[in-house]
Formats: sequence, structure tokens, C-alpha cells
Amino acid sequence: MIEALLAGDRRSLARAISEIEDDGSEARTLVARLYPHGGRAHVVGITGAPGTGKSTLVNALARCYRTAGMTVGVIAVDPTSPFTGGALLGDRVRMRDLAGDPGVFVRSMATRGSLGGLARATSNVILALDAAGFDRILVETVGVGQAEVGIASTAHSTIVVEAPGMGDEMQAMKAGVLEIADLLVVNKSDREGAAQAVMALRMMQGLAQSSSGRHGHRATDTPGMSTAPGWREDGGWLPPIVETVAVTGAGVEELRHWIEVHRDYNRSTGRSEARDKVQAANVLDRVLCELSLERLHATLTDEPIQQAIGQILERRSDPYAAAATLLQLAWPTQL
Amino acid sequence: MTGYVEAGSLMTKRKIRVLLAKPGLDGHDRGAIVVARALRDAGMEVIYTGIRQTPEMIVEAAMQEDVDLIGLSILSGAHNALCPRVLSLLELNGMGDIPVLLGGIIPEDDCEPLRAMGISAIFGPGTNTTEIIDFVRKTVGR
Repeated sequence: MIEALLAGDRRSLARAISEIEDDGSEARTLVARLYPHGGRAHVVGITGAPGTGKSTLVNALARCYRTAGMTVGVIAVDPTSPFTGGALLGDRVRMRDLAGDPGVFVRSMATRGSLGGLARATSNVILALDAAGFDRILVETVGVGQAEVGIASTAHSTIVVEAPGMGDEMQAMKAGVLEIADLLVVNKSDREGAAQAVMALRMMQGLAQSSSGRHGHRATDTPGMSTAPGWREDGGWLPPIVETVAVTGAGVEELRHWIEVHRDYNRSTGRSEARDKVQAANVLDRVLCELSLERLHATLTDEPIQQAIGQILERRSDPYAAAATLLQLAWPTQL
Repeated sequence: MTGYVEAGSLMTKRKIRVLLAKPGLDGHDRGAIVVARALRDAGMEVIYTGIRQTPEMIVEAAMQEDVDLIGLSILSGAHNALCPRVLSLLELNGMGDIPVLLGGIIPEDDCEPLRAMGISAIFGPGTNTTEIIDFVRKTVGR
């Protein structure tokens, strides 16, 4: 399966992704074998509130990349029901233009209980698409609220999509999703309120600049940008605000251009290495947690765990003390 | 195992993945959406492609999504043209083992030939969604 996947066989790729998603018996071997072949694709995250047009934008963006001669892998994440474990994955409805193109591979994923807008296995599915040789990988998150920022540590370039009428400048000033944007998109920009949405984002950027760089209150009364978007002279990055109409494709080529500029920026400023390092550390932490928990469960019987849960419930013990007792029980010499 | 871990495994255990598609030119997708919702509530992952899909698009989506089962909804009367095409494309791509269900308006006389050519089951109007869920579970074997 791995050789076929690396040679570009699409069915093997699809099956490998399922194995990774299900955390099946071969999932870890797969990741181990694919890992040396990863790290080539540029990963673009697309996030934003429900209904802002993320899927349609992914469709249009993938077509732009195809016109430019690049191959595209798409991962579209939708939420899993917390009650039944089921999911309705409907992003393909907006991506029908990508059908029949051997240079595109679209995969829908359910979050399966993971919070933060992505699924737990998303980074390993990215690895599979990367190893299969796709030049660009577009990752569409679930429709997010204000704090689902998992995509920022997964993608190389993060696009936050807004649409007119979704809130005033107070929304734009809040911490969270907007802060993670490398590129900002006002989609449906042919609709009423688009200019105000762009203005609110510019205001926010002006404030951010005045508070981080120069002192004083200057930028608040000059809503226009004091510096050009993109690569700034001081070595920082000011997220460009791109207006698009994803259904017609208007503005999408400009968006693609800015993604490539951001990619160059990442590479030539050493940001790529810096963020890759943070990412690697995060992943290592997560895997360490998973494996430690697995080992703990393999070492301990069910009885002391149930006992600990009972003690916490009756408030005879707190979660930290109970956990410490269990760790002591599992690995007495190490503590 | 503890209750917490059980709750966690609800989310991570192997899910039944179903592709629901409407091939052909009719635009009435209420039935397909009702079935999609029912399968979702039964804990399955349902990939819905929307209306006006060609057999080629359906088979490609089924391959990329690595589904366990395909459901087709046809109300246009074109089932005798569309079903054989989907089945032969599946065969051609080495995916002949994926069961295909059919729903919609299918005249009684057409059902037997469709089953003979490889359609696993046909569910007409008025079918209880529980019946469809049970059939999917039994057919996929999970």
C-alpha cells in the first residue's frame, strides 16, 4: 500500500487515510513509513464562521492552483455529533468543479470528538497527502466561533474568511480566530456591507500596529493602512485583506498570489523553521500524552482507576492527588 | 474500561462511512437528505455529494472518501441507464465489492433486473429509516 501511495495510486492513498483516521493497527507503521516523504507541500488552512463560504472558496482556490499547474489535496473537516458519534459531511456539494481532475484529491473528515476545528488525525492525513506528492494542501476547518485556533499550528499559511454583516469592529478586536490570520478574506464582497467589513479589519490592524510598534493613538484616526500589506520593512507581516466572490472566482487569483507571497516570506525569514519546531514540539507532546496514557492503562487494572474516580466524586481526593496516586502505583520506581 | 474511555471510543472507533448521491437530472433531494440525517443519527459518517452527479463523479468520490457503502437516490426514471453505469465503473476501478443501495421511485418491474445486475437493495417511498439503518449495518458488518 505504501509503495503504491508514494507512486500516486489514489485508492491506496484513500485507504491509508482511513487507516490513519481510524487509528487502526497499521496507522503507526504508516506514519513512520510516510514521514520521511513529508515536508514538501505548502499547507494552507481555511477557517471562519459557518456560512462565510469556506468550501466554495476552497473550490475556487483549488481551481486557481490547477490553472497554475500545481496539484492540490483538499481536507474538508465537518463536526461529529457529540451524542451519536455520527456526522454529515457536506463540503463536497460546493466542490463539484474539482470532480474528474486527477490533479485534485478531496477527502472529507469528521472531527470525531476533537475540539479546535480540526480532527485529531488531521496532521497525519496532511502527511499522507504530502507524501503522495500534492504541491498544495488546502485544509478547511469546521465552521468556527471565536477561539478554535488549532489550524494555526497545523498550516503554514492560515486564511480567516469573513463575510459582510457578520459583526462590527468590536468583533474584529476580540482575541482569538482573527489573530491567527496570515491572510484575511472578505468573501461575498459583492454584497452590502462588504466595505464596512473591510474597514473594520483595517481598523483592527491599525490598532495592532500602533500598540505593538509606534506609541500613541495615531492609527485609530487613520483607518487606511499606514504600511502596505504583506512583508513589512521591520521584518513583520501585515495580513493582506483580500476581497473575493468565491462563486464567480473574483479576487481568488489575488488570494492565491498572496498565499505564495506568504510562503516566500515564511521561507526567507526563517519563520518556517521556527514554526516547524513549535509544531514538532506540540506533536511530540501530544503523542507522549497518548502513549503514556496507553501504557498506564496497560499497566494498571481497572480497579484502582475506578477507586480513584470514586474518591474524586466523593471529594475525598482531588484529581491531581488521585492522578499522582495512580502514577505512583503504575511506575513506583520513577517517582 | 472506564466510562470516559468508552465515551472516547464512541468518537474514534472505526465508523461506517456512507456516500449518498443523486445521479441524473432530477433535483428532488428531500428523500436523500432524510436518509442522510437518519444515518448520521445512527452514528455513521455520511458524505453527501448533492444533486446532478454523473456516475463518474460518484465513483470518484466513493474512491477518495474510501466509503463502505454507496446510496443512490433516483426519481427521474433514469435508473436503468444510471445504475449499470455506476456498477460497471465500480468494477472497472476495482471497487466492485462496495455495496450499492438504491432509493427513490423505482417501478416494481425494474427491481428484479436491477438486483440481478448487482444493486444490493431497493428502498421505495414509505420505507422506515430504521429498516435502511439495519440493512446498512448488516451489509457493512460493523
